[in-house]
Amino acid sequence: MKNIFSLLKLTVVLIVLFIVIYPLAIYGIAQMAPNQGKGETISVNGKVVGYQKIGQKFDKSNYFWGRPSAVDYNASGSAGSNKGPSNADYLTLVQKRIDTLLLVHPYLKKSDIPSDMVTASGSGLDPNISPQGALIQVKRVAKERHLAEAKVKALVESKINTAVVGPETVNVLELNVALDALK
Amino acid sequence: MNTELIGVVGIFILIIILAIPIGKYIAKVFLGNKTLLDPIFNPIEKLIFKISGINPAEEMNWKQHLKALLSINMVWFFLCFFVLLFQGSLPLNPDNNPSMTPDLAFNTAISFLVNCDLQHYSGESGVSYLSQLVLMFLQFVSAGVGIAAALMVFTAMRERTTDKLGNFYNYFVKSCTRILLPLSVIVAIALVFSGTPMTFEGKDAITTLQGDNVEVSRGPAAAFIAIKHIGTNGGGFFGANSAHPLENPTYFTNAVELWAQMIVPFAMIFALGFFLNKRKLSYIIFGVMTVGFLLLVIPTISSEINGNPAIAKMGIAQTTGAMEGKEVRFGPAISGFWSIATTVISTGSVNSMHDSSMPVSGAMQLLAMMVNAFYGGCGVGYLNFYIFIILAVFISGLMVGRTPEFLGKKIEAREVKIAAFIAIIHPLLILAGTALASYFAAHDTEMGYWFSGNATGWLNNPGNHGFSEMLYEYTSSAANNGSGFEGLGDNNPFWNITTGIVLLLSRFIPIIGPLAIAGLLANKKYIPESAGTLKTDTSIFGIMIFAVIAIIAALSFFPALALGPLAEYFTLK
Repeated sequence: MKNIFSLLKLTVVLIVLFIVIYPLAIYGIAQMAPNQGKGETISVNGKVVGYQKIGQKFDKSNYFWGRPSAVDYNASGSAGSNKGPSNADYLTLVQKRIDTLLLVHPYLKKSDIPSDMVTASGSGLDPNISPQGALIQVKRVAKERHLAEAKVKALVESKINTAVVGPETVNVLELNVALDALK
Repeated sequence: MNTELIGVVGIFILIIILAIPIGKYIAKVFLGNKTLLDPIFNPIEKLIFKISGINPAEEMNWKQHLKALLSINMVWFFLCFFVLLFQGSLPLNPDNNPSMTPDLAFNTAISFLVNCDLQHYSGESGVSYLSQLVLMFLQFVSAGVGIAAALMVFTAMRERTTDKLGNFYNYFVKSCTRILLPLSVIVAIALVFSGTPMTFEGKDAITTLQGDNVEVSRGPAAAFIAIKHIGTNGGGFFGANSAHPLENPTYFTNAVELWAQMIVPFAMIFALGFFLNKRKLSYIIFGVMTVGFLLLVIPTISSEINGNPAIAKMGIAQTTGAMEGKEVRFGPAISGFWSIATTVISTGSVNSMHDSSMPVSGAMQLLAMMVNAFYGGCGVGYLNFYIFIILAVFISGLMVGRTPEFLGKKIEAREVKIAAFIAIIHPLLILAGTALASYFAAHDTEMGYWFSGNATGWLNNPGNHGFSEMLYEYTSSAANNGSGFEGLGDNNPFWNITTGIVLLLSRFIPIIGPLAIAGLLANKKYIPESAGTLKTDTSIFGIMIFAVIAIIAALSFFPALALGPLAEYFTLK
């Protein structure tokens, strides 16, 4: 019986250490982090339009679009499609997405389309697309906004994030915010 | 694509290099030598032991170690079970998430208790912040228990003839305070400054750029994610685990999280060498594990980079590889690497959805968990490998006609029986579970209480891939891994209860076995090394261990793999 009490007391002490002191210490440090550890936001004219790291839905034709999402970019949850690579329904869906892209961008060849634009991300909230995924949309966006194609293309190129290692990315929200500011 | 491969190789090498000094540090901690952190931790530990009334200097034999280990786990199970069961009415629940059903609370409590973190709920809607914190507590202590158990085996290997194997609480508390806590703090800080949230405010409601109203889940994630990896637990704060952009915001954090999940298992192997003063033995063990790891990781990365052949047939560009279930900021190379790192080590966190991996990758992920001895989880990875060492010593002893001995102790019938039992229980649990679930799915049985609707309803994919989903779930449970082919509908009494039982058995039996063997061996007479001794720190013996692992895994699991991922591979070709 004495033994059980010891175990309970040990558990209580460790609970204090690991779920009170440790998280509070990290919480304290987070106050020095970007946006006090509440997640970095992006604002336009002082109004928050989104979280920098969280993808959002763009389906209007005057914006660059992100990747397909299994949760429709509803960030109160997160999930992938979990479709297996040989699933026939899934492959039909991918074919449909290719067809839609070709329909909206009649100037494209099939081989221009990168796979990230027709596949759902792991989280359903992927904020990025590949540079190629943005470049194929330039002509449509420029036309919708009555802007010179070269100007929009230059904007996309300025928004490509390159790193020493790892893939190149384009943050769709940042790109679209910059696009709105483009005259 | 080239910089992606450079990234993978660079990160892997960096982890190995950093593991050596940390291994040395771990050995020092448990040998009682001076370390830099003594001034901080000596008083903290003294206070912990004083309050709980435990004497950390009291020597225990292996049975006392086991008794202490099992009873404290029981206390934690009930604590966590009741918090999850009543979380809806307990404090720290800003998103008003409901209480768990008893079967889900049973599964979740066990799953975090055994360092597995199979999650049949989604973090955003399934748990309160209080529950997340209690689960975080289990992430610390379950990893600490694993390291403490490994330490008892280390001590048993070190001593000549004794039944005094140190104190369980001493090993356990020091593992938590001196290894897991400082490493977690470092990782949490790196995450917080890279954009992972650490806040107690609930969901945020925003209007997006094009005018939609959405809610964004946040929470005290950074602290949780740090220990989730350092303790090789793997339970995600958010539903999508480390694929979630707040849980793993950048390529850099991805590297940090990879480092975090591999560092303790790597360092433990080096710690063994420093602890026993047999560095060569630890290099041989590390070498065998690394060869096994590379054999799994190379085909995975290659098949992910090449992309899905069925999508290639549609004529689009797959320059970015197979992207279903993957994030653009990581790309296929490091995602493939992660999927094997997380399955050889029992982390089970994912940065891409394994259900959507290429068939070859799926096979490699499964194989990694079926072997379950390359690196392995915090502490327990070495315990699993120890079983294979005992079997290899026994078999090679028989082959050359010498008495099987390991580190000066005779391996006799009792030890081999225990080792064989442990080696068999793993495939037995996986294959029996999969057979049961497949039987119901094949007959599309009406499940009644166990599952709403017919059994095929729990599958997210048809055919061979559906079989792989069920196989993966039991393999992940038995390996205490926690990743999943997440398409499987697993939040129901059938999956919660059956995997819960598998989890319990496959955590504690493989801890009891090695502890018993080590304890029995420690008690035996020490036989000095002679010309007739089979040397265990040579590369020939390394090959022998590898052969034993390959034969046991291949023989038991090849038929199941052939029905699942291998069959799918050939249909996709």
